[in-house]
Amino acid sequence: MLTRKTKFLLWTLILIFSAGLSQAQARDYISIVGSSTVYPFATVVAEQFGKTTQFKTPKIEATGSGGGLKLFCTGVGIEYPDMTNASRRIKKSEVELCSTNGVKEVVEIKIGYDGIILANSRKAKPFRLSRKEVFWALAKNIPDPGGQQKLIPNPHTRWSDIKPGLPATKIEVLGPPPTSGTRDAFVELVMEEGAKKFDWIKALAKSDKAKFKEIAHTLREDGAFVEAGENDNLIVQKLDVNPAGLGIFGFSFLDQNGDKIQGAFVDGVEPTFEAIAEGEYPVSRPLYLYVKKAHAGVIPGVNEFLNEFTSEKAWGEDGYLADKGMIPMPEEERQAFRTDAQKLNTLNLE
Amino acid sequence: MNNTEPEQTDAAQPESPRTIDIVNKGLAKRYGREKRFKMYGFFAVAISLSFLALLFLTIFSNGYSAFYQTYVKLEVFFDPADIDVDDPANSNFPGLVKKTLRSEFPDVKKRKEKKKLYSLVSSGAAFQLQRMIEQQPELVGSTMTIEVPADDDVDMFMKGNISRDVPENERRISDRQLDWIDKWLKEGRIAKRFNTTFFTSGDSREPELAGILGALTGSIFTLALTLLLSFPVGVAAAMYLEEFAPRNRWIDLVEVNINNLAAVPSIVFGLLGLAVFINFFHLPRSAPLVGGLVLTLMTLPVIIIASRASLQSVPPSIREAALGVGASKVQTVLHHVLPLALPGMLTGTIIGIARALGETAPLLMIGMVAFIVDIPKGFTDPATALPVQIFLWADSPERGFVERTSAAIIVLLVLLVVINSLAVILRNRFERRW
Repeated sequence: MLTRKTKFLLWTLILIFSAGLSQAQARDYISIVGSSTVYPFATVVAEQFGKTTQFKTPKIEATGSGGGLKLFCTGVGIEYPDMTNASRRIKKSEVELCSTNGVKEVVEIKIGYDGIILANSRKAKPFRLSRKEVFWALAKNIPDPGGQQKLIPNPHTRWSDIKPGLPATKIEVLGPPPTSGTRDAFVELVMEEGAKKFDWIKALAKSDKAKFKEIAHTLREDGAFVEAGENDNLIVQKLDVNPAGLGIFGFSFLDQNGDKIQGAFVDGVEPTFEAIAEGEYPVSRPLYLYVKKAHAGVIPGVNEFLNEFTSEKAWGEDGYLADKGMIPMPEEERQAFRTDAQKLNTLNLE
Repeated sequence: MNNTEPEQTDAAQPESPRTIDIVNKGLAKRYGREKRFKMYGFFAVAISLSFLALLFLTIFSNGYSAFYQTYVKLEVFFDPADIDVDDPANSNFPGLVKKTLRSEFPDVKKRKEKKKLYSLVSSGAAFQLQRMIEQQPELVGSTMTIEVPADDDVDMFMKGNISRDVPENERRISDRQLDWIDKWLKEGRIAKRFNTTFFTSGDSREPELAGILGALTGSIFTLALTLLLSFPVGVAAAMYLEEFAPRNRWIDLVEVNINNLAAVPSIVFGLLGLAVFINFFHLPRSAPLVGGLVLTLMTLPVIIIASRASLQSVPPSIREAALGVGASKVQTVLHHVLPLALPGMLTGTIIGIARALGETAPLLMIGMVAFIVDIPKGFTDPATALPVQIFLWADSPERGFVERTSAAIIVLLVLLVVINSLAVILRNRFERRW
């Protein structure tokens, strides 16, 4: 009795494994990895693609930009992903990693922009901040106001300590942790720019890059900046109950929760869809899709998926990606990247 | 003998109180202490119960509304000009939906307004019509009243999550759209009914089209494999260690390691799975096959420990009696000890499986945290699991996903309650106490 059962179990195991191995020899769906910022947009395209064509719906993993590029660059072959999303451009080191692993031809497609928003509850007045003031409020060490070229621990506790016109509430900013691409972009686009408003720090950016980064990238740890985790919905909820707080997140969350939160004016510009699309709002970053040329024609549907992604009804000004909160590129840029996608023009980083 | 002692002290010191008086004097204090101790225990239970109740209350009050979805009745004319019966996939069904909406409100002329009008109905409506034609091509040319899902913003408005009172530019439904919805409301053509989509479809980026079937199937495949592998291996290991293994230092080392493994954080098993099953054996990423193997590794120590405990609880007299009438060691174990220990082993296995059902961390590493629309059909199709689906929805910006996250948690909780009560029933019915 029992021996028959064990035999049966063994056979099922062997069957399962062989099924797994035969599966590894043929994949009939596109595999995409990468940034969790691009994930909500890429998934919409994937779903449309799956429903309107004969191809299977692509599988999309949110691994983060860095993690995605690492997986992407592991090699050519069906067990490796075909595309990766990134909320920043591919680095030179990553291109090198790719080519040492045989991934020599990579197609780069910029798909649109994402605005990074500082927002507070509708129950309070909207903030009007400059990037210098944000740096002033959030950097761990700030330049001595006396004018000397040295750093002092950030003494500001209220916004009104920074500039008299700002509200007399405690500085409390909820933002993403360092592992997040949103945090990278915030630090780069707001904190670095804010720090550069001081001449001697700006000079440092050229002479001592590491020192400059240390000044601009280190955020306060005394409760003025709170790492609120990767879940942006949670930040929205916290802002709703705490009208004095300010949160940092992607534009789509402001777009969805316009009745609860409002975007802060940065350098005098309100973060609206139009202002980000026109490039007037200063804190926005490009989003990219990288494609392995070697996989086009091997994995079914790669070319067709790129066609869907770069069509006007997807990434155009009235496309469904804009409805989801992605900021479209200007007409000419879309044209250029559409040609790249159709002809699979490969990336050439000098 | 005890009596003599107090008498002696009484005689020596006449003033000193009798034992019974001392006892009586302290009695109230002792009763009080007992009462307080009981109260502490009671409060501990009450506090944990009230936290549990709070959790259930918030999840249910957030999630119950997801089991209802707003539908709009549309008068659709299946225009033969739009539909190619032989090739429905390439017909313009979105255009058909738009045309129907325009005929409903002929006074809408401006491009921007038209766009607002179209956005009242879910993009899933076109696919619904397409499926209808694929199944019944004879419908072309006829007019039918069809219920299609409303857009998630309309759904949120109908459920009271979008207020009419806030200024127009702050809400996702414009005043014009409100007028249209009001007209539908007056005609009784927009209403909430039970949300079957939630149980019959896979993931989607549109809240009104998203369902848990894909994640549920993924979980079932993964756990079936886990059960199939971990139960026999776990029981065999426990049986060997408990009944056959010699007592020496090596076996002690194995025991310590099994106990250690049971306490290892689950993400470590995910990393192991990535290195061994995916990078070395080249099994497919995101597949329930790899998920099942990883969760097997994770639940195995739990099952071994539970099985050994239930083998230990079988009294030695059973073994001695069997050996006494001439049974071999294998016969003793298989015919007598194992059947008696089995209920306990099953209980341990079920609890291990219930834990595996709630795991996300190890699945993250092996690519099961992914957007997967198609419902998995086998062990090697890409799949996610229920807790992963909850995690993905919790992170989505659309407000419709907030209630769906809670609804998915309700489904997961119901499953866990069912599994754990199965363990309790099994224990009560079959377990023998010695």
